[in-house]
Amino acid sequence: MRREGSPLTGVGVVLAKEAADYLSGPRMWLLEALVFLTAIGAAYAAILSIRATIGESPFLFLRLFTMAQDPLPSFISLIGFLIPLVAIAIGFDAVNGEFSRRTMSRVLAQPIYRDALLLGKFLAGLLALAIGLVSLWLLVIGLGLLLLGLPPSGEETIRMAGFFVATLAYGGVWLAMAMLFSVVFRAPATAALAALGMWLLFALFWSVLTPLVSALVAGPPDTIFGPNLAYLHLSQALDRISPNTLYAETALALLQPATRALGPVFYSQIQGALLGTPLPAAQSFLLIWPQLTGLVATMIVIFAIAYIVFQRQEIRA
Amino acid sequence: MSEVAIRAHGLTKRYGAVVAVDHVDIEVGAGEVVGILGPNGSGKTTTILMLLGLTEPTEGRAEVAGFDPLRAPLEVKRRVGYLPDSVGFYDGLSARDNLAYTGRLAGLTRGEIDDRFERAMIRVGLPDVGRERVSSFSRGMRQRLGLAEILMKEPQIAILDEPTATLDPHSTQEFLAMIRGLKADGTTVLLSSHHLDQVQSVCDRVALFNRGRIALAGSVTELAQQVLGGGHVIDVEVHGPDVAERLRRMPDVARVQTLGPELYRVDCARDLRAEIARELAASSALVGLRFAAPSLNEVYTRYFDEARDAA
Repeated sequence: MRREGSPLTGVGVVLAKEAADYLSGPRMWLLEALVFLTAIGAAYAAILSIRATIGESPFLFLRLFTMAQDPLPSFISLIGFLIPLVAIAIGFDAVNGEFSRRTMSRVLAQPIYRDALLLGKFLAGLLALAIGLVSLWLLVIGLGLLLLGLPPSGEETIRMAGFFVATLAYGGVWLAMAMLFSVVFRAPATAALAALGMWLLFALFWSVLTPLVSALVAGPPDTIFGPNLAYLHLSQALDRISPNTLYAETALALLQPATRALGPVFYSQIQGALLGTPLPAAQSFLLIWPQLTGLVATMIVIFAIAYIVFQRQEIRA
Repeated sequence: MSEVAIRAHGLTKRYGAVVAVDHVDIEVGAGEVVGILGPNGSGKTTTILMLLGLTEPTEGRAEVAGFDPLRAPLEVKRRVGYLPDSVGFYDGLSARDNLAYTGRLAGLTRGEIDDRFERAMIRVGLPDVGRERVSSFSRGMRQRLGLAEILMKEPQIAILDEPTATLDPHSTQEFLAMIRGLKADGTTVLLSSHHLDQVQSVCDRVALFNRGRIALAGSVTELAQQVLGGGHVIDVEVHGPDVAERLRRMPDVARVQTLGPELYRVDCARDLRAEIARELAASSALVGLRFAAPSLNEVYTRYFDEARDAA
C-alpha cells in the first residue's frame, strides 16, 4: 500500500538535533580531542622530519600525511585507525538509545516516518564526522604553512580533498555498521561490542586471515615458476572486502602520486614507464575510483540493511 | 454520537501464530473520553499503536480524525497527541528543548513553539522549570511534561496509555483534572489504564479488552447491566435477621453482597429502594438506603472471574 506524504518530512529537524547532540556531547569531545592530539602530533613529527631530510619535493604537503616519524605512525595510519572508533562512538546507540530512553514512540508519534529518523541520524553522524575532519585538515594545513613556509599547490589541494572524501566515506561505512548494530541489538553495550568486534576483525585479523584462506583455496603464494597468480588475485579480492584495505589503497594512491598501480603488476606492464614519476591527479583518481565507489557502496548497503531491519521493528517504547 | 473521531472495523494484529488483537470494532465520538481496560497483554497498546500508524494491522481498517493510519499516517499524527506509559525524554536537554524538538517535528513554527510552550507548562503546573534539564525531573513531572507536549500540539485526539501508572495519589488526581480539561477543550481522549476508579471518574464510555477482543463496551451503567445483572446499586444499612436472604428473594434483584455486619449491597435491574424499605420495615430496623453508582471495579472483577470460571 502506498503511503501518503514524503518519507523525508522531518529529516532536517532530526539532523539538526542529532548533529548538535553529537558535537556537544562529552563523548565526542573526548574522542575528537584524542584524534586531534594524535593526528596533529603525527603531522608535526612529519614536518620536523621533512625539514631535516627533504630539500625539494613537488608534494611536500602530501608528505605531511604519509610520513611516519618514530614513535608515531603516519597521519593516515592514525586516521585510518581512529576514524572507525569515532564513527562507532557516534552510531552504536543511535537507535537502541531511543528505545532505552523510551523516546522512540514519542518521537515517531510526531508526523514523520521512520525513514526520516534513521536517515536524519545517519546524516547527522556524517556531518559531525565531516566537521571534525575539516577542522583537522585545516589545522594540518595551517601547521604546514607555519612550519614549512609554503602553501599547498592546486594539485595537492585536489588530492587532499579527495583524501577527505575517501575518509568521510570510510567513516560512513563504520557509522552505518554501528547504526546497523544499534538497530539489531536493543542493548547499547552489545551493539558497541559487536561494532568494535567488526573493527578489530578488519583492522587486525583480516590481513592474517586472507593469506591463510587464499593459500587453502589457491595453493601456496610461490611456485617453482614464480608467484602464484591465482593466489595473488584471490588474496587481493579477499583483502578488498575489508573497508580498511579499500581506504588504505585510496589514501596511498591519492597521497603518494608516484603510485601507478594497486595490485600485482607484470614486467611487461611497466616497460617504458618512468618509475617514481608522479601521476596527474586525474590519473590517480581513475586508479582509486573502484575503491572509492566500493567504500560508498558498502556504506549504502549497510545503511540499507539497517533501514530494512528498522522498518520491520515493533515500536513499543 | 455526533462526529466520529476514531473508528476501527475488524482491526486485527497477528504476530505469527499469536493473535494480539482480534477483529476489534470501536467507535469514539468527537469530544468523548473513552477508557480502554483489560489485563496486560489483552491488546490495548497494540490497538493504540495501530490507530497511530506505528504498527500495521494484519487485517481490518481504521479511521482516525478522518484519515487512514495505514495510508496517511502523517495526517493522523498531525492530529493526534500520544502519551506513552513511562514517557521518556532526552535527559541532557531542557524541558523546553525536548518539547521544541517534537514541536518542530510536528511542524510548529518557532513563534508557535514559544507561545504554546509557556501556556502548556502553566497548564500542567510546571511554569518555572522550562529551562531545567529533564534529568532532574521526577516521574510525575515527566508525565506532566508529556501532557504539556500534547497540549502544545493542540490535537483533535489525545491517546493516553496508562498515564497515571507511576504517579502518587495526589499527582494522579491532578492529572485526572488535566484530562477533564482536555475534554472541556473539546479534545477526544482515548485513555488506557488499569486504575478502574480513575477511568470511571473521567470516562464517558469504556471498552473492556480480553484476549485481543473487545468483550464489553458502553457506559459504566450499561456494563453493570450486562455483567452484574442490573444497572442500579443500592447500599442497605439494616439491623435484623436473614436480611441477605430476604433481599435475594425479591424480584429484579440480581445480586446481594454483604459488605459489613449490617451493610449490604444490592445489584438490581431498576430502582428498588421503596420495595426494599417495605420488605425490611416489618422485621428489621432499617438505618439507611443509599443509591450507589455501579462500580467499574466490580464490573471488571466479576467479568474476569466469570471468564476464568468459564474457561
